[in-house]
Amino acid sequence: MTQKNRIDGGLIDRNIPLNFTFDGKKYSGFHGDTLASALLANGINLVGRSFKYHRPRGIFTSDSSEPNALVELINEDTKEPNSRSTTIQLFDGLTAQSQNCWPSLKYDIQSINDCFAPLLTAGFYYKTFMWPKSFWERVYEPLIRRAAGLGELAPSTDPDHYDRGYRHCDLLIIGGGAAGLMAGLVAGREGLNTILVEEDFLFGGRLLGENEEIDGLQCHDWVANTVKELEAMPHVRLMPKTAVFGVFDQKTYFAIERLSDQINSVGPRQMIWEINTKHIILASGATERHIAFGNNDRPGVMLASAMRDYTNRFAVRTASRVAVFTSNDSGWLTARDLNQKGIEVAAIIDIRKKEEHQEIAKKNTQIPIYSEDQIIKVHGHNRVKAISLLNGAKISVDSIAVSGGWNPSIHLTCQHRQRPIWNEVISGFIANEAELPSGMKVAGAAKGIYATNLVLQDAMNQANAVLSELGHAPTKMMIPSANDDTYRGKTFWSVRETKQRAWVDFQNDVTTKDIRLAVQEGFYSVEHVKRYTTLGMATDQGKTSSVIGIGIIAETMNKSIEETGTTIFRAPYIPVAIGALSGPHSGKNFRPTRETPSHPFAVEQKAQFVESGAWLRSQYFPHANELHWQESVNREVLATRNNVGITDVSTLGKIDVQGTDAAAFLDKVYCNTITTLNMNRCRYGIMLREDGIVMDDGTVAHLAKNHFIVTTTTANAVQVYRHMEFCRQCLWPEMDVALISITEQWAQYAIAGPKSRHLLEKIIDNDHDISNSNFPYMACDEISICNGIRARLFRLSFSGEMAYELAVPARYSDALIRHIHEIGKTFDLTPYGTEALGVMRIEKGHAAGNELNGQTTAGDLGLGKMVSKKKDSIGSILSEREGLVDPMRHILVGVMPCDPQQKISSGSHIFASKSACTPSNDLGYITSVAYSPMSNSYIGLAMIKNGTNHIGGKLRAVNLLQNQDIDIEVTSPHFYDPKGERLRE
Amino acid sequence: MLLIKCPWCGERDETEFSYGGEAAIKRPLKPKDLNDKDWADYLFMRKNTRGLFLEQWNHSVGCRQWFLVERNTVTYEIISTKRMNSDALNSEDSQ
Repeated sequence: MTQKNRIDGGLIDRNIPLNFTFDGKKYSGFHGDTLASALLANGINLVGRSFKYHRPRGIFTSDSSEPNALVELINEDTKEPNSRSTTIQLFDGLTAQSQNCWPSLKYDIQSINDCFAPLLTAGFYYKTFMWPKSFWERVYEPLIRRAAGLGELAPSTDPDHYDRGYRHCDLLIIGGGAAGLMAGLVAGREGLNTILVEEDFLFGGRLLGENEEIDGLQCHDWVANTVKELEAMPHVRLMPKTAVFGVFDQKTYFAIERLSDQINSVGPRQMIWEINTKHIILASGATERHIAFGNNDRPGVMLASAMRDYTNRFAVRTASRVAVFTSNDSGWLTARDLNQKGIEVAAIIDIRKKEEHQEIAKKNTQIPIYSEDQIIKVHGHNRVKAISLLNGAKISVDSIAVSGGWNPSIHLTCQHRQRPIWNEVISGFIANEAELPSGMKVAGAAKGIYATNLVLQDAMNQANAVLSELGHAPTKMMIPSANDDTYRGKTFWSVRETKQRAWVDFQNDVTTKDIRLAVQEGFYSVEHVKRYTTLGMATDQGKTSSVIGIGIIAETMNKSIEETGTTIFRAPYIPVAIGALSGPHSGKNFRPTRETPSHPFAVEQKAQFVESGAWLRSQYFPHANELHWQESVNREVLATRNNVGITDVSTLGKIDVQGTDAAAFLDKVYCNTITTLNMNRCRYGIMLREDGIVMDDGTVAHLAKNHFIVTTTTANAVQVYRHMEFCRQCLWPEMDVALISITEQWAQYAIAGPKSRHLLEKIIDNDHDISNSNFPYMACDEISICNGIRARLFRLSFSGEMAYELAVPARYSDALIRHIHEIGKTFDLTPYGTEALGVMRIEKGHAAGNELNGQTTAGDLGLGKMVSKKKDSIGSILSEREGLVDPMRHILVGVMPCDPQQKISSGSHIFASKSACTPSNDLGYITSVAYSPMSNSYIGLAMIKNGTNHIGGKLRAVNLLQNQDIDIEVTSPHFYDPKGERLRE
Repeated sequence: MLLIKCPWCGERDETEFSYGGEAAIKRPLKPKDLNDKDWADYLFMRKNTRGLFLEQWNHSVGCRQWFLVERNTVTYEIISTKRMNSDALNSEDSQ
């Protein structure tokens, strides 16, 4: 079939034919077509089924207000549902499928719903699925879910990528029609940094579909010339296929650019733009609305302006015999244009009196005119066949062009809770000029100005106002001469004499009867009627329907439109896919991944990795013969405790503190005393929050005079650094101290185990003596390794063994780990991961993230003596609050199952033996658990009420989720080497 | 996205900044002499002003400086930003 309905003219390029497939059949169109216009050119009008009644539906509009013609775009096993065929620019190889129908578009099983229509009225679900209650989740919900919805989600992941960009300008012009282009021309010629966005892939707006002259040119030629001039201006950026959908604070506008409708496209498929501007001219135009009459949803019924678009812009014959039904002059223009193209117009039915439309009637002399008449019924099922009029006449036609007036597109003026004003002259809502978003001006049809010459005049005025606010003189341009046909029409919503159902919202199947019923049932607020009937709640967001709905509510309640009001406008103006909003931040790219300095080495060693915040850390290093991770971890622990192990601790936050007041400053932020810390020594430190709760812990190393390195936990690195900066800048700005994070700049490895010193001696340059007497536990120094490479050595131990932390500038990190690994072979050096690290710290009873949980005090963790009372530090005073020193607080203790074979789990709650598992009997909870190869048993740390007194006693660890109830023994948290002899050897 | 003018770096995107709550809350100079009520006021009581509000912000992924922002909490309009001075010794709010 070769485009049997294609006619002459139009803005399509016949030299570029494009092939596409719809519902499995192949068709062709031209470059410049939308999917909708190409379907119409091939004689296809029936494109989908409606949401509730599964009624056949056709193409109704020519833009993003389309309620009916939604399709699935398909590419192999991926697809995008609910794509509006009226906005998809045709491309070669496009494959689309109708949705919401089975087994086929023409014969759909669920259209049986249409026969039960009397039952399926407003609030049907609320009324029907009330009882029995037990059916809510088991029967009704699955049933409703299966029947509901429009398109189907693709079964596979979206193959496309999406991006986000930022732009800044002096003037953002929203809409590239007559007003937008004119404003752009004025601003552009004056040199303003201007962005002009247009939702369509062509600029021009209504001028593309109209048949009138500007400056003596056909209006689309004027558009082409204007666009050419704007394109040549370096400071003007034209953004077609881009729709502004949200107005945010501080003149920030969000727009979505649809770079390609192709699935699996080459570049990003869609982009979200955040545009910051100084001034905004909203030239978003107006959307035509329809009239509700009997069976007005049949395929073949189309908005009058859309029919002009298809005829003039796309060169498509949408029908062979058309009736025009109108409340204003728009219908007459359609009749005129169809006539000129040789398409038969069988009748113009105007609801107005003859004298009210006589002006425009002069221009349509040959067409039968029915004044003060209305269509009460449409005949035909899959296509309009005939119409019946109020006066009794029956006219056979295959299409109806309908116009019930225009709705200025005011959405973006009202997103900050502004309320629009009803204007009876144009039968439409317009923005309240006193309440516009900051910096916004409205121009042209968006504020109800419809005559082209007045639109151009108004756009120039608005652009001049912007120029004057920016300190420019007004433009010297002349306004182009243009059509002065002003809007003439009458407010009209629905044909009351209709006995058939008359549709208001096509997409959600809401009829006039549903709205009247809702009002009868006591839903008086327009917001309530909207939610009860679902009017305007579909993906078209009620662009064609909601004002009609408001009109019918007002009529039914005998109220004015003002009194009825509108619903609240909220972003987004058009549907925006979640994928576009998340942009590149999906899957693995949801947030950055930080790799440790030894990452490449760890990968070669076949480490298993674990996410720890943004970091990817080595969890354990499995050997080929190990079947279970526990085996690997046990081996790593034993190797470290018996020989020597190495692990990457670079993820700990490292902050360099310098200045004559450095020690005094650290005295303020740590609760223990730092000023007494000698040079070349380290000390464990605790930071409190001002309310007395522990914030973080770490080590403080006094490296040189007025120079300290402090470490934080991995998880709190950012917060602690920020907190310290706050203290420095805002609390004690008089102190001479400077801070800088060196987490990324220094790589740090912990080398632990009885052989660690021997190993280090092989690496460290000869002039450094690290014997126990010269470099004891908690010593630190700046040294050199491997013949002169700068390094820092700290004798710290998290494992409880003799241990060192060796830091080098990050660029040496990879070479160093490989060198140590090589040297370490003679010592049986074993790399260990975070699991073994965790086992060893639990064996030693060191508190970590699970215990520093924002509820514990230093006292709770057995570290109460560290809080110095001799000085003022953050949190020291409030840590002595009554509630924080209560002996009945939860105190850190160790727990072991009485039967070593039993596995306890963290999160278990603690109860006394034989007491019921109720909240009032709850004694505490287990925070950390590990299998200890040294104790040959599971061990854990727990926070237990008055815990110290329970040591030696027996309690129960209960985990109701896992049906565990295990007898445990309460112990000291120090399971291994409690006197700390090994780390001092 | 808001543009916030860091008094040290100039206009930068909102995502570079973090919020520090109400400004001009002075940490007690003699913490030991403070009674419970004053401690509670200092730590927990905030004005929650509707309208013009003096706040502290941190250019956390920029120059790391804390500074003052005068902002309208109804319209979110930022009226002015300025450097911290010694008159504005503050307590730290939400991090």
